Amino acid sequence: MILERAIPRAATTEPPWVRRIVIGLGLVFVGLFVVVPLATVVIAALSHGISAYGRAISDPHALRALKLTLLAAVIAVPFNVVFGVAAAWAIARFKFRGRALLITLIDLPLAVSPVIAGLVFVLLFGAHGLLGPWLSAHGIKVIFALPGIVLATTFVTFPFVARELIPLMEAQGHEEEEAALVLGASPWQMFTRVTLPKIKWGLLYGVVLCTARAMGEFGAVSVVSGNIRGRTSTLPLHVEILYNEYEYQAAFAVASLLVIIGLASLIARRVIARRRKEAT
Amino acid sequence: MTITVKGITKRFGTFTALNDVSLEVPSGELVALLGPSGSGKTSLLRILSGLEQPDQGTAFFDGTDLGEQSARQRNVGLVFQHYALFRHLDVFENVAFALRVRKRPDAEVRARVTELLQLVQLEGLGRRMPSQLSGGQRQRIALARALAARPRVLLLDEPFGALDAQVRAELRSWLRRLHDEIHLTTVFVTHDQDEAFEVADRVVVMNHGKVEQVGSPTEVFEHPANDFVMRFLGHVNVLDAQLSQDRARVGDVVLDIVHDAASPHRGRVYVRPHEVEIGRAHTAGAIAARVTRVTPLGGGLKIDLTAPALGSNLRADVDWERGSQLALRDGDEVFLSLRRARVFEQAA
Repeated sequence: MILERAIPRAATTEPPWVRRIVIGLGLVFVGLFVVVPLATVVIAALSHGISAYGRAISDPHALRALKLTLLAAVIAVPFNVVFGVAAAWAIARFKFRGRALLITLIDLPLAVSPVIAGLVFVLLFGAHGLLGPWLSAHGIKVIFALPGIVLATTFVTFPFVARELIPLMEAQGHEEEEAALVLGASPWQMFTRVTLPKIKWGLLYGVVLCTARAMGEFGAVSVVSGNIRGRTSTLPLHVEILYNEYEYQAAFAVASLLVIIGLASLIARRVIARRRKEAT
Repeated sequence: MTITVKGITKRFGTFTALNDVSLEVPSGELVALLGPSGSGKTSLLRILSGLEQPDQGTAFFDGTDLGEQSARQRNVGLVFQHYALFRHLDVFENVAFALRVRKRPDAEVRARVTELLQLVQLEGLGRRMPSQLSGGQRQRIALARALAARPRVLLLDEPFGALDAQVRAELRSWLRRLHDEIHLTTVFVTHDQDEAFEVADRVVVMNHGKVEQVGSPTEVFEHPANDFVMRFLGHVNVLDAQLSQDRARVGDVVLDIVHDAASPHRGRVYVRPHEVEIGRAHTAGAIAARVTRVTPLGGGLKIDLTAPALGSNLRADVDWERGSQLALRDGDEVFLSLRRARVFEQAA
């Protein structure tokens, strides 16, 4: 006992100077690579005054891009919620042939470049693509139109909900569901009254990640949308158009909207993570 | 409700959990399925509850074939080892669950839940969350939840396995009293012999997916059907022997046994610790032994012995009174007589 007290520090704690250096290094890196660029966006956006900022973000093309971005997210996210819950359920609950393959495939959108994802859709649905002639014969436009943007967005945001839920559902096990069934619940009652409340916070967390990514996606959407100003340009694409036209202040003003979306999702993630901890 | 199990076989991959099991649980009885892990007792319970389907065979409740009923149609009460309470619902709503999914009117739900919370002696805890309860309380809530919809049978899967010894002992006798009150046909899975004997009317001893013996606690303990049951229920001394018609030769000692073997063969002789008599003085036929260790245990003494004439170590149990008469110490020379030696056909 006395011997232990004679050593003031736990063996796993580094000396103070090591701590200071490590923390300092971390802060410098975050400052250089995160805080400074973000601050630059805000400063550049406001460089011509607040009214110029207001004009830039209320420009009809900018508003149109914002609407398109939200619309793509509103369609893509619910789809991925349904798919993600179903896939996580299947993977966590059952041992079946192709289970490992399914787990790998869910990660595919994270592994391939979004540009390639976009190209795949062009090759499938484009005018000279596999299904292109059939689609144009029926008057359906996918590439250079909203359906293409939604498809590309869905593809790149595909993994987020499922990846969040699979480890959660595997850890929670299936006993409560079994109890519900034996107590007389129908499969739907079991899902809504037991499973959904169990995974609620994990699901919300996945939805936030998914939404943030859906609204920020550039590469895949850029390839399939054709980037037609005011028609098929989403917010990130609109920023690029403005930038290429040397409208730096307007470009940064619109970019600041994306920064706000990003920060909002960060805050949402923090809040959800804390509620989740309390709930378990 | 009488439960009848007919020829049920269940395999998981190459593992046979249940191998052609047949069993009858008479209405109103409390039956324990007792066996080591992997003996198939939990699989049988899960098949009865509808959570697993048998590969072959069927089960009946009062003649109704369960093969045609899903888990939710069977109306059984199932209590899990780890409670499986709904973590997002409070105690009241946990108990009310079976009534809520049946869309019972609110007043009826409230009355029934209140009644059940009284039954499990946890009235007033309705608004607590499961995480705020002790293990013993959780298990009683799980039981109340299982009883809510007035199930036809009650199934308990190692219900006290996750609790500490004292709470376990309390809940055992409480469960027995509860059963005497409500007389619901109950099947109760355990690997703990004391638990099975204390709680159950009848014990079903299982091993490797088969039923080894069915009987009252006294029957299976006093008249084990085979060497597995003998070894599984309490401690037993196992001695290698040469067996003939009515004799067993163990080392240099010849024991009288009841045995109907046709021809002499090698086998085993089983002697319970309380059937080993210890004396200080040599008597006719007594076996010389030396005490290696004396351990106070529950209601008496456990005495480890080594008996060169038997070529084996033995354990003997004596009560306190006999123990203090003998006043044994490590290294003492004593003489043993075996009050009863059993032999089983399968032991060869």
